[in-house]
Amino acid sequence: MKHARIAWSGAIHEAVESDGQLLLTQGPHVGQRVAFDDVVWLPPLTPVPQARTVIALGLNYADHAKELAFKAPEEPLAFMKGEASLIGHRALTRRPSEAAFMHYECELAVVIGRTARHVKKDDAYDYIAGYSVANDYAIRDYLENWYRPNLRVKNRDTCTPIGPWLVDAADVPNPMALKLQTTVNGQVTQSGSTADMIFDVPTLIEYFSSFMTLNPGDLILTGTPDGVVNVKPGDVVVTEIESIGALTNTLIAA
Amino acid sequence: MSPWTPRGTVYGTLLNFQREWDLWSPRMTQDPHKAPPQAPVLYVKTANTFCPAGQDLLLQDGVTEVDIGATLGLVIGAQAQVMGALLLNDLSVPHTSYYRPPVKFRNRDGFLGLAAHTSPGRVQDWQALQIDVRRNGELVQTVDLRQLVRDLPTLLADVGAFMTLQPGDVLMVGTDCLADGTRPRAKAGDQVEISAPGFSAVTTHVKGLA
Repeated sequence: MKHARIAWSGAIHEAVESDGQLLLTQGPHVGQRVAFDDVVWLPPLTPVPQARTVIALGLNYADHAKELAFKAPEEPLAFMKGEASLIGHRALTRRPSEAAFMHYECELAVVIGRTARHVKKDDAYDYIAGYSVANDYAIRDYLENWYRPNLRVKNRDTCTPIGPWLVDAADVPNPMALKLQTTVNGQVTQSGSTADMIFDVPTLIEYFSSFMTLNPGDLILTGTPDGVVNVKPGDVVVTEIESIGALTNTLIAA
Repeated sequence: MSPWTPRGTVYGTLLNFQREWDLWSPRMTQDPHKAPPQAPVLYVKTANTFCPAGQDLLLQDGVTEVDIGATLGLVIGAQAQVMGALLLNDLSVPHTSYYRPPVKFRNRDGFLGLAAHTSPGRVQDWQALQIDVRRNGELVQTVDLRQLVRDLPTLLADVGAFMTLQPGDVLMVGTDCLADGTRPRAKAGDQVEISAPGFSAVTTHVKGLA
C-alpha cells in the first residue's frame, strides 16, 4: 500500500493510493476519493511525540566512488538533519539568489517501523515500516570543512522534499535493486540503482543501531548516486525511484 | 510533574568559546579545514540522546569515558523568539577532529543531560551567566557566557540567517574547553552537577555495564 498525508477540505488527512486517486482512510471524510491535483501533499510521515531523527548519508554510492577514484569509506559518513527542513511533494523550494551551485540529491528514504537497538544485518528488514523518496538538496556555496557537510548546506528550510508516498516495506521485496532517476524540466540528469550503495540498508541499520536507538518514524536518507547538476529558479525537479514514487519539486528564488 | 524534555529539535554549536577558538586558530587554515568557519557550525542532538532529570547515563558499546559539556540551551517559542532557557549536559565521546559530522560521538543514547525544568527569561538576562561544573562535588570548570565568540543575539541571528528555529526547538550556545583544550571528563561511578544562578541544575549519574 502507498500511504500519503495530505491537506484537503480544511484539515489534514491520511490517505492511500487507489486507482490513481487518493482514498481517505480516517476522519469525517473516510472513504472519500480525491484527485492528486486537489490536495496539498505533506511529508508522508505520521507525527511522532519527540523530535524525529533524520539521518542522512554522504558518499554512499559506488559509482561516485569509482568516478572520483577514491577509496570507499570504511564506515558510513552520516549527518543529522532537523525535521523542519522536510516538505512534501509538489512543494516550492527556496533557492538563495546569491548561490552559484545548488543541486538535488535523489535518495531512497527508509522509515523505521519499530524501536531498533543492536539490530543485526540479517534482521534489519524487520525494523522497516516503509520507503519514500527524498530530495536532499545541497547548496555547495556554503560548504565548509567543519562537521562537513555542515548544516548551512544541508538543513535549510524547504530544502528536503520527501514523498509523495510512504510505501509499505512488504510491497518492496528488494529495496537494494531499484532504479533511481532525476529529471530537471523533463531532461534526465541523474540515473543509478540502489544496488550501487556502498553501505546497503541492512548495514546502515546495523551500524546506527549499534550505538543509538532508532525509533518508529525515524528516517534514514541513504545517499545519492553521481549526476548532480545546478538547478535554477523555475526548474521543475522530479526525483523518482522505481516502485516508490516520483517526487516533484519546483525551485523559486529566495 | 514529569521532568522536562524538548518538544522540538535540539541543536548544538561548535567552537563558540573564545578559548577553544584561539587554540584552534593556527590549525584552521590547514588541511582538511583550509579556512576558519564562517557560519555557525551546528550539530543535532537527536531524541535518543535526551536524558531527562532523574535518569542515569549508561556508558555502553565500548564507551568508557565522556566529555562533559555544560551549556545553556535557548528554548524557542513563536516567531523564532526565545521564551526561556535551561542548563544541559551536552556529552560527547572525546574526539579531536572537527572535519566530519560527529554522529557517533554525540548522538549516543542518553548523551544529553536535561534539567528538570526550563526558566523563563530573555537573552539579555543570561549574557554574563556563569555555569559551574562539579564532578563528585569538586568544582572542575566554570563556563562564562561572556567568553562566547558569538554572543546570544548574534548566534540567534546568524543561525536564523540560514534556517528557521521552530517553536519547541532548543539552541545550545556551545561548550567551553579547559586551558589545555580538553574538556572535563566523566566515567562510570561519577556524579556530575551543572548549576547556575536562576536555573534548575543538571545532575548526571554515570553508570557502566556491570
